[in-house]
This record gives sequence, C-alpha cells and structure tokens, in this order.
Amino acid sequence: MLSTKASRDSHGQDSSYFVGWQEYEKNPYHDVRNPTGIIQMGLAENQLSFDLIESWIARNPDAVGLKKNGASMFKELALFQDYHGLPAFKNALVKFMAEIRGNKVKFDPNKLVLTAGSTSANETLMFCLAERGDAFLLPTPYYPGFDRDLKWRTGVEIVPIHCSSSNDFQITMPELEKSYQEAQRLGLKVKGVFITNPSNPLGTTMTRDELNHLISFSMAKNIHIVSDEIYSGTAFDCPKFISIIEALMDRHLENTDIWSRIHIVYSLSKDLGLPGFRVGMIYSNNETVVSAATKMSSFGLISSQTQYLLSRMLSQSKFTSNYMEKNRKRLRKRKEMLVSGLQSAGIKCLKSNAGLFCWVDMRHLLSSQTFEAEEELWKNILYGVRLNIPPGSSCHCSEPGWFRICFANLSEGTLKAAMKRIKNFVDHNYQEMACDQRSTFYKWLSKILSNNHESDRY
Amino acid sequence: MTQPQTRDEQPTNPTRQKSTGMRLIVPLQGIVQGRGGLILGTLIPCALFYFFQLYTKRNRGNSSNTPSNPPSPSSSSPNLAELPRTSSRLSLFSRVGSSGPVSVSGRASLIARENDSPYYIGLEKVSKDPYDKERNPDGIIQLGLSENRLCFDLIEKWMVENVREAMVGRDGEHLSINGIAAYQPFDGLMELKVAVAGFMSQVMRKVVSLDPSQIVLTAGATPAIEILCFCLADHGNAFLIPTPYYPGFDRDVRLRTGVELIPVHCRSADNFLLSVTALEQAYNQARKRGVKVRGILISNPSNPVGNILPRETLHNILVFAQEKNIHIICDEIFAGSVYRGEEFVSMPEILMEEFDKNRVHIIYGLSKDLCLPGFRVGVIYSYNKNVLALAKRLTRFSSISAPSQRLLISMLSDTKFIEEFIKTNKQRIQKLHHSFVDGLKQLGIQCIESSAGFYCWANMSELISSYGEKGELDLWDKLLNIAKVNVTPGSACHCIEPGWFRCCFTTLALEDIPVVMKRIRKVAETCKSLS
Repeated sequence: MLSTKASRDSHGQDSSYFVGWQEYEKNPYHDVRNPTGIIQMGLAENQLSFDLIESWIARNPDAVGLKKNGASMFKELALFQDYHGLPAFKNALVKFMAEIRGNKVKFDPNKLVLTAGSTSANETLMFCLAERGDAFLLPTPYYPGFDRDLKWRTGVEIVPIHCSSSNDFQITMPELEKSYQEAQRLGLKVKGVFITNPSNPLGTTMTRDELNHLISFSMAKNIHIVSDEIYSGTAFDCPKFISIIEALMDRHLENTDIWSRIHIVYSLSKDLGLPGFRVGMIYSNNETVVSAATKMSSFGLISSQTQYLLSRMLSQSKFTSNYMEKNRKRLRKRKEMLVSGLQSAGIKCLKSNAGLFCWVDMRHLLSSQTFEAEEELWKNILYGVRLNIPPGSSCHCSEPGWFRICFANLSEGTLKAAMKRIKNFVDHNYQEMACDQRSTFYKWLSKILSNNHESDRY
Repeated sequence: MTQPQTRDEQPTNPTRQKSTGMRLIVPLQGIVQGRGGLILGTLIPCALFYFFQLYTKRNRGNSSNTPSNPPSPSSSSPNLAELPRTSSRLSLFSRVGSSGPVSVSGRASLIARENDSPYYIGLEKVSKDPYDKERNPDGIIQLGLSENRLCFDLIEKWMVENVREAMVGRDGEHLSINGIAAYQPFDGLMELKVAVAGFMSQVMRKVVSLDPSQIVLTAGATPAIEILCFCLADHGNAFLIPTPYYPGFDRDVRLRTGVELIPVHCRSADNFLLSVTALEQAYNQARKRGVKVRGILISNPSNPVGNILPRETLHNILVFAQEKNIHIICDEIFAGSVYRGEEFVSMPEILMEEFDKNRVHIIYGLSKDLCLPGFRVGVIYSYNKNVLALAKRLTRFSSISAPSQRLLISMLSDTKFIEEFIKTNKQRIQKLHHSFVDGLKQLGIQCIESSAGFYCWANMSELISSYGEKGELDLWDKLLNIAKVNVTPGSACHCIEPGWFRCCFTTLALEDIPVVMKRIRKVAETCKSLS
C-alpha cells in the first residue's frame, strides 16, 4: 500500500551512530537532575559562542523586530518566497565565506543557492549531478549521515576511498584509483568525488597535496568535485584551511573544464552554531547546476525572517571578525582540554586543527583488532561508562578501534565529568588485562604501534 | 589499437569500433602469410589511422563540458540496452547524452532550462515591471499569484507588539538564543504542532479537534506534497488529479519522485466538480496502460476554480479510494479562505464517519490562511503511523527555521487574535471577490460561482480568436503585453476547455479594480471586434 521506501527498514537508522543518539535521548545526562545519565559526545554542535550572538541580538533589536532604519520590513518579508533568496543575505554570505578563507577567494552571490540546511544542499547537488545508480567516491571515514542524505531519495551510490591510519587517513592517488576501479567493477558510473574539508570525523584540514591529487584525478577522469566545507570556519590551528577553489586558483585552472565541475556546500550550523536556523547553501561554478538547484530549492527554502536577521548580522564585519577569532580560540582551548583529558587516560587522538571533534585512537583497548571487538567496546562505553561516542565503523572506517568524540556541544563541567569516567573505565580495563597472560604481549604490541605514530599524536 | 572500453568513454558510434577491429585483422593476416607488400600497403595507413583516432579521442575527452546543452536523443548509445534501472524519461535522455564529457543529471538539464509555462513566464514578467499606483502606474498588474495581501495591517500590528518576546525567549533576565539555535526535531517543535493543530481546527470551524501527534511540519506546502509522494508511491506510479489544477503540482509531484500525474478532466457543465465516473474512467485507462495508480490528489477548496467539494462528493471519493485500495491526498491549504456561507467540509470532518483513515493524508500550510508564505510553514496531517514515521525522517531535508517556529507558536497561541483575524480575512476576501466578479460581469465575462480561494475562474472563451489552446494563449499574451495584466490561462492548469482564466484578486486594493477592468476592457473590445 505504501511506497517501497516506507515499507523498507529505516534507512541507516540502525547504525550505531543513531542508536547511540537514541540511547542518550532515553537517559540524558544532567549535572543536577541526572548525574548518572549518558553524556552526549556524539553530536557535532558548537555551543561555545552563543553569548556572542546573544549580545549582538541585544544590540540590534531592529533586526529581530524585522525593521530597517525604524521602518517595518514585515510585509516584504512575509511575502518573500523567491527561490533566488534575499539579495542582502546572499551578499552578506559571500562576504562571510570569503572572510573565512582569509579573503584569498572572492565569491559571486549569483552562484549561490540557498537551502534549508546543508543536508538539503547535499541532497539537491546529488539530484543535479547524478542519475539513479550513479556513484560518488567518498574518502573514509565519513559522516554517517551521508549514507542517508546522498543516497536515500536520489538513488545515488557511495563507493568508499579507503584511507588508513598509516598516513593519518590522508587521501592518496592509489586509493583514489582503486575506488574508481571498484566502482567500475560494480558497474557504477562515477560522477564525482565528494569530500568534507575540514574532515568529519577526522577534524583535519586537507593538505595541499591531497587537494592536488584530487584535482588531477578529477581532471583525468572528467568528474565533479563536491567539497562540503561546513567546518571551514572552525579551523582553529595550522596548517591553515585551503578551500578547493583556492587550490584550483593556485594552479591557474580558472578557465578550464574542471572549474565548472567544482561545487561547494556550506552552512551556518557549525561555524555559527545555528543548526536550528536551517541555513545551508550550494556554491557552484556551473550555470546549469545553479539554475537547476535554485528551482529545486523550492523544496527547502529558508524562512525570509531568518534570512533577514542573518543578513544584518553577517554584514557587520566587526561582528564577524570578532566572532571568528573568539570562536576559534574557544574551540582550540576546548579541544586541548579533551586531548589532555584523554591523554591522562592513556588515550591518544589524531592531530587535528579543525572541527568540533577529535578522532580518537582506542585500538589498544580492543580485545582484538576486529570490528566485533570495536562494537563490544562501543557498547561498554555507551551502556557502562554512559558516554555516547560513535565508533569508527559507523563512519565506514576501514580500521577498527577509532572513535569520534565531540567537545563543543557540552559545558566544561560536563566534559570534565566525561573525562573522569573514561579514566576510571580505562584504569579498570587495564587492571583486568594485566592479569591476563595475553595482555602482556598485547601491551608490547600496542606500544610498538603507538611508537610508530609518536609524531602524529599528543 | 582500440582503447579499453570503460563506462566513461562510451563511443558515440558503435559501428566505427567494429571497422577498426577489422582493420587490425587484415594487416595481421598479411604478416602471418608473409606478404611484405601487404604489410607496407596496409599497415602504414592503418597505423596512421589509429594514431588519428587516438588523437581525436584524446581531444574529445578534453573538450569543454557542455552541461547546459540538453542531451540530444538522436545520438545512439550502446548503453540504451542497459538502461532500465529506471523507466524515467528524464534518465533516458541523460544516458543518451552521457556519451562524452561528464554532464549534470538529465533532471538538472531539464529543469535548468527557461520555463516555458505561461504560469511562470507571467510571474517573471511582472517581477521585472510590477504595477505600483504611485511609482509605476503603467506596470503589469499581478493577477497570477494567489497571495493574500488584504490583512497585513492586522498581522503587522500583532508583530509590533509581540515579536521580540516571541522570537527570543528569556532565560531569567537575559536573552537566550540557546532554545532556538540548537538542533530541533526536524519535523517541528511540539509546541508549534499543538499551535498549528489548534489553528487548523479554528479554520475548519471547530467541527473537529486535530491531534498534534499526527502532524509533521515542513518548510512550506511544496516539500509537504513531495514528501507524501515519496511515502505513498514509487518511481513510475501515478496519482489521479482532477483538472484544472494548480500548475505547481507538475513540479512538486513529478520532478524528483518520478511519480506521474494522470488528469481527470472536469467540465464547466458540472461546474468543474469532480465526478466518480470520470475517476473510474481515468483509473481504468491507467490500468490498461500498465500504470499503477497509488492515489488521488484533490484540492479542497480547489485551485484554480475556487469551489468546495460537497459532502456527497467527498464521501464518494472516499468510497472509490477504499474500493481500489488507494490513497487520498487532500490539499486544504485554502480552507481558511471560505467566504461564502456554504458549508466547507474538511477531510477530518468527513472521516468522523466510518472510513479507513489510514489512506487519507491532508496537506496544509500557513502561506494562504495566515498570509505568511515567506516564513515557510507546511503541514502533513495523516492518520497513517507508517507514513508519519517516514515523513518525519524526510523532513530533515525541509525543516522550518527555528526563529520562525518560535514566532508562530506565539502568534497562533494568541487565539483571540487568530479568531479576529480569520473572521476579518474572510470578510475582506468576500468584499473584493464580489467587486472583482461584478467588474468582470460588466465586461461580459462570467465566472464560475466560487466560495473560496483568492481568485475567480473566468470564462473568456468568447474573446478568443480560435477555440483552442492557441487562441487561449493568444488572448493571454494580449492581456499580459497589451492590457498589462497577468492572469493564468487554463491550459497552464491543464483545463480541458479552452478560454478559462484564473484571476487572483487578493493582491489588489478595492480601488485597483476599476483600473484592472479598464485595461481588460480595452483588450476585450478589440477581441470582440475582431471575431
């Protein structure tokens, strides 16, 4: 009676990423009301800089009241449903995006398409670039939501580009080529590569080498590059963030083929910490894509009220530069807190310079280097330690033992409580293992392994 | 040597590949048989030929990607045989066009092109030269957009008094944005669902009370209808839809879902009301074609005609749907604009009788009844738990912005204001409707007797030069470019009888009506004198 979609099982909803979230909702931690509840460390939300936005709002009552120079804008905004978007908002957005990239790149508001969140932007791009059954190559590990956002209604397939810890999960040419061959073996037409830069869940920005590999590869195969840069404003440390457009410009490829096959996705959910506002966008050098995506955005327009409010906020350079600076500082500080907390429990993280999370190495805590052992550890941490931290397998990581831990969606106090719980868990875990004959060998082995990566950890 | 065949490098001409194969064999034969002359005579030109092929293939691969050119169906491709992963026509075009440099999807090429529907062309023209009494008195008067501007003064007054408190809550003494900045449930805040359920109930004259847990909120009615299609039908399935219908459905239902719309023609003799006989006929014809009908899509009050479905008709449609085991999607977005005393029966009301509720789904929104299309609020109201569960998950692609949710919770919860608003709104629409229809009558143009909506369905068949779509479009063109009045021709709404036009009057003030009539009269007189 219903569509196949409705009758089928939930699309990817049984992944550990979502199960953990559901468990948290059943028993959420609160420092006073529920101190033994599950602490949410699986949500990449930036709650560190609300105060800056609140003080802006307090200073700008007109923007909230939908007024301009005292006169009401209400009527125009109430009627405004043009899918081209509010011009003032698009102008403010391109200015903000350029600022994030150190003004090395200039964006054209006419190439910007507004959507209700980057979730909608990603899906719309797939509808515009690929047919049902076509494929996009994605480096692993990747954000679990892509399995749903890119594939569900579009019918597009994802073929992974396997990245390994041996080189800090960077994309290599051989792996790109391998995944392309794999797609061919599966009879799938590859339409492009989809990257997230800065990466989720790694928290790292792509190196220039990686970007160059990607560009050369895409030129050779004649395919698109979609660069999801929603964490671009959270790059708080060096090496600095390089946008795909900047990489292309540095190679003087502006007037070539590949230029019109570059598409950027952005959103204000992470950088400004406003996921509830549902503000996303597609930036494309391809006229057809811009035109088609603009019309498709009717399925998810941003409220004109929100567009107006944010256009006022983002057009004030003083606010944006102050916000970006403070936000980055707070993120760096919070990340360092997480890293040192984990370190005291003998747990190392991948060196990261961006994002709202760390990619944590818990391989030495696994009973065996298998995904079953990883799942076992995840369950212990979720139900025993009562921390929700998504395991690497939910992000399609090819090596077991890695976990993503978020640090910007909880207060300092809660983070400290979480670190305490982890330390207790690890101490207890190691104590048990010390009694086991096998564990001596295992400890030696993990020491060897961790020594090999000394330079990339802290 | 031929290049290894990959899916990316499909040759445009399969026969050419075969002939190069042959040319490989001939010189080899010569070598094997030791005929030196053969080698010299054939190998060298063949070698030159291969290098030439290599050169052209390389250059074709590097040639500029032409995504803006719609793929031409004339070039053959060996891929056609592999096609049916999907039966969509759009995908057919794109596969054919995909031999060569990578392109965008067929869907994108199709939609990116300039829209040639008069509905969209008219809207575009008005946006470039809009009428303004003072600043642009010769501009085009917009009668093609069903937008209600009659009650902004009421809402504005409410906004001035309440917006700040409504939008940004107070956390003790300090402003708190935490509540609206963070991730919200994608299908809308429960408080807004409660407020919307209350509003819908008020609009439907409080005959039924609606359950907020059966509501899924979306960023406008446009995604609401698309989401329902994804829930109820698969690619290639169809919905029956009475004509004439809102032109936007062609995009909303068909574009990305691949669901077909099968028109069920209604006629002026029946006042354009749907008959079950016509439904039955259309259903059977679809079955003969092998198309699976998943449901019926109706609008009540209807757009563009503006009539409301009588209780008996609704009853019969429900019986029909039950018989055929199909769904009903009922778009009730104009429910609050019923200005005539006639009884508007909403779906929830009729479902109080004994019917299988699991097949009924209602679309609603705040764009029409609350005059707030810019804030993007759409509603799916369903009795089917499975549909609600899936629709909820799909709203991640079309969620309402949190600040707007907050604002509307406050506004809709002000039941006193809402009651006053609904009443005044209906009165103003009715007044304008009377005046507009009278004006047209004086020009000899009759309208279908309607009881709701922001428009009237006018019969201008006597003014068209030739009785057919061409004549109708000629008249539309004259009205747009000479009279400078944008109306929507019936053909854009798939009306089977030519000469009908939808004229929206709620973008006008009372004093604009004589201006409109004067302009239409000019064209009407010219047309009459020509015929």
